[in-house]
Amino acid sequence: MNELKSLSLAELSELLAARKLSSVELTSYYLERSRKYQKDINGYITITEDLALATARRADELRTREELPLLAGIPVAVKDNIVARGAPTTCASRVLENYVSPFDAAVVEKLSLNPLLGKVNLDEFAMGADNKTSAFGPVRNPWDLQRVPGGSSGGSAAVVAAGCAPFSLGSDTGGSIRQPAAFCGVTGFKPTYGRVSRRGLVAFASSLDQIGPLARSIADCALVLQAICGHDPADATSARQEVPDFRACLQADVRGLRLGLPRENFACCDEEVAGAVEEAARQLELAGATVHWVSMPYRDEVVTAYLLIATAEAASNLARFDGVKYGYRGQGQTLDELYTSSRIFGATVRRRLMLGTFALSGEDCPACYEQGLRLGRAIARHLDSLFRQCDVLLLPTAPTVAFTLDGEQDPLASYYNDILTIPANLAGLPAVSVPCGLSSGLPVGMQLMAPRFREDLLLRVGHTWQCLTDWHQRWPREVN
Amino acid sequence: MYEAVIGLEVHVELLTRTKLFCRCSTRFGAPPNSQVCPVCLGLPGALPVLNGEAVDQALKAAAALNCRINRISTFARKHYFYPDQPKGYQITQTRPLAEGGRVDLGAFQVNIARLHLEEDAGKSIHTPECTLVDYNRSGIPLIEIVTEPCLRTPAQAREFLEHLRLIMEYAGISDCKMEEGSLRCDANISLRGPGGSTAVVEIKNLNSFRAMERALAYEIRRQSRLLAQGKAVAAQTLRWDEAANRTVVMRSKEEAGGYRYLPEPDLPPLILDEAAIARACRLPELPLARKARFIGAYGLSEADALILIGDRMLADWFEAAVAAGARPRPAANWVLGEVARLRKETRHLPFTPADLARLIDMTERGAVSVAGAKKVLAVLAERGGDPEQIVHSLGLAQVSDREQLAEVARQAVAENPDAVRDYRSGKDRALRFLLGKAMKLSRGRANPQLLRELVLQAIADAERL
Repeated sequence: MNELKSLSLAELSELLAARKLSSVELTSYYLERSRKYQKDINGYITITEDLALATARRADELRTREELPLLAGIPVAVKDNIVARGAPTTCASRVLENYVSPFDAAVVEKLSLNPLLGKVNLDEFAMGADNKTSAFGPVRNPWDLQRVPGGSSGGSAAVVAAGCAPFSLGSDTGGSIRQPAAFCGVTGFKPTYGRVSRRGLVAFASSLDQIGPLARSIADCALVLQAICGHDPADATSARQEVPDFRACLQADVRGLRLGLPRENFACCDEEVAGAVEEAARQLELAGATVHWVSMPYRDEVVTAYLLIATAEAASNLARFDGVKYGYRGQGQTLDELYTSSRIFGATVRRRLMLGTFALSGEDCPACYEQGLRLGRAIARHLDSLFRQCDVLLLPTAPTVAFTLDGEQDPLASYYNDILTIPANLAGLPAVSVPCGLSSGLPVGMQLMAPRFREDLLLRVGHTWQCLTDWHQRWPREVN
Repeated sequence: MYEAVIGLEVHVELLTRTKLFCRCSTRFGAPPNSQVCPVCLGLPGALPVLNGEAVDQALKAAAALNCRINRISTFARKHYFYPDQPKGYQITQTRPLAEGGRVDLGAFQVNIARLHLEEDAGKSIHTPECTLVDYNRSGIPLIEIVTEPCLRTPAQAREFLEHLRLIMEYAGISDCKMEEGSLRCDANISLRGPGGSTAVVEIKNLNSFRAMERALAYEIRRQSRLLAQGKAVAAQTLRWDEAANRTVVMRSKEEAGGYRYLPEPDLPPLILDEAAIARACRLPELPLARKARFIGAYGLSEADALILIGDRMLADWFEAAVAAGARPRPAANWVLGEVARLRKETRHLPFTPADLARLIDMTERGAVSVAGAKKVLAVLAERGGDPEQIVHSLGLAQVSDREQLAEVARQAVAENPDAVRDYRSGKDRALRFLLGKAMKLSRGRANPQLLRELVLQAIADAERL
């Protein structure tokens, strides 16, 4: 059964449909791997074995009577800032350590026949890019246990990379799906803002957050997208946009597609990273695409806009964690003491909440948040103009490969590490990170970005690339 | 010497089946925390969805107050920490649903600065041991109506608020029960004199019309005294203490920045089309129009019309009685008198406007006396029934038979020659005595007007004999 982890979702689906494999067998296999590598990788906050097996049994039982959706019976790992009944939702924070949601997130509803292996680790409240801010300990990168998996969806990326889950769900506010996907050598897809309902995603920055899949290939992501995308009347920001047949989008090749390479975004990267991504572009050119250099001449603007928007919205969204109704409750004689003692966030979250509160108040910074929004819109307009010159933007996902766990990073410098991924959030664009090489034995990610609701273009380019190469099929030595 | 400058901020709970951003019921008086869900409890991951019914109600209010409706309005989060505020912020509007309205009250006019939608908070219940929170009210739709500071006296403020309540009630926007908190009012007040204006003071907790009027009068006295002593008035938020009959300081006034307004990222701007606005503008008849109609079409006095429209149920009753055939003026008298009194005593009315119309008709035909009719109405109020039958069963049917009464009159005159003599010698009291005798002979059932006419006739006849 050891080869199960190398099978694609389509192959697993066929085995299940042909009843050559049961969901209980498949789920047990992944549960066992999850437990086996938990000590090393710490990818999970909660492994929900009973819940997973119950769903697996239900799927197997239903299959004896009716034909099930393509992904039914295939287990999934869900980032622990997405609520699911019957399992805690901690957001990797002490504040929500014992919180159990009374309702399922929209995506969890949609995946109701997918056994939930567990809730995976993340940076506290999804704030961070290295998974070191989790109250339940850092996730370790399966490619090198001394290195970070990236973040904030570090657990989502690591469990897929280690073959502990066939696919997972993450959330992406400034690169939180794509950057860990790049660091862990998996495929991480952030759909267009509004494509996937945010209902049940514990909000970090509501206007930037988007749920998406992490899996072992673009083809796998296409199947998951098909299952989770679509309008949700219970999310007012959800798009009333028809969902295409994403699987069919994989058929087209890249001939005639114009790929734009933002010069500045290569210049700021490690040489080997930039080199691997440029090499990937050359191979796509050989496959029939045209390649141009374009310019994204903004850097401080990206970080400034992101900081203002994300921290202001976070300060607002996290105001509800006051110890009154649920979650951790401190001690105090007065209301102020109760609040102060209950809001036991970690240092990173506290720093962002203070920044955000400042951005929303004070005479020194009038309408800071609005300025952030304006800056974001200006960047979005510029990206629109780039999409008149090219169909898809192609760039590195992160400036470096995964860094080591022990390094201390200056908070401001760490924001600059996200400048390659943030623009897609500011503009609400779909973007994906696919493995495109190794540097010093660590995965390098190539990022593709398309106009709003053009996930199809990303699937075309990404799938073509994965048909040409096998970077996405490599396994870290330690877990193979 | 000083002129008061008063503006009101009125919160009106909208009549909707469900809350502003979720599908929880808005019913008042349910057991604590029985009408709550993840959205109105602010649970992690919950998202608001705007209730179209609340928008329609708010639009109706905007139209009734002659406001300009904004095609695009936006939602925002107003932040403050308090246990009854489950999200740490209230969803309100920054670009309001409507602006620039006007209410004409004849003697003065009130300008409405803005009208916007917002959600209510839960309710804190303080006990000696602890504070409990009931979130049933959390997320109930409100409109906030802000007037310009154009009111000059506490009486004007009261008149406006009472009229606003009527408008909301007439248009079916709110039941405006101050005791249930579905109409709440804060007042801003400053004094203006030759030397300029004082700082604006906000008074909260004005939970009755009377409290508002008294609180404003108190503030005018307090601030005038301070000014007379050459002291400054601090910009504060005050609370009216009904028991102590004074205002007390709650806190120094919040700056707008203190609320850290954030455009609500979970809700797109509210964009209204022409159809929605046109729909909202189809309002039922509003109180002032109804008053004019009562005077014009029914010939009621200004005073009667004003009292009637001020009580929608009575006004409806009056109109129903008229529709059932009663003449308007007696109908108004009956409704404002007996019907209003009986409703107060029995809390509900088991008889119909048609019953009243029939009773009025009987008094006008002389079939029952006014006093008898009042007795009938009391019986109707107690156990209902058929007016005619009650008249009969109580023996209240008036005798208006000329022959029969003429006989009674002749008898009374014949039996009391002394009284007849006295009357002839100019003693008016003697006539009342004779009438009394005659009424007694009829066992109190004679039509008094007819009886009087026939007694006089009998006296004249007796003279001729």
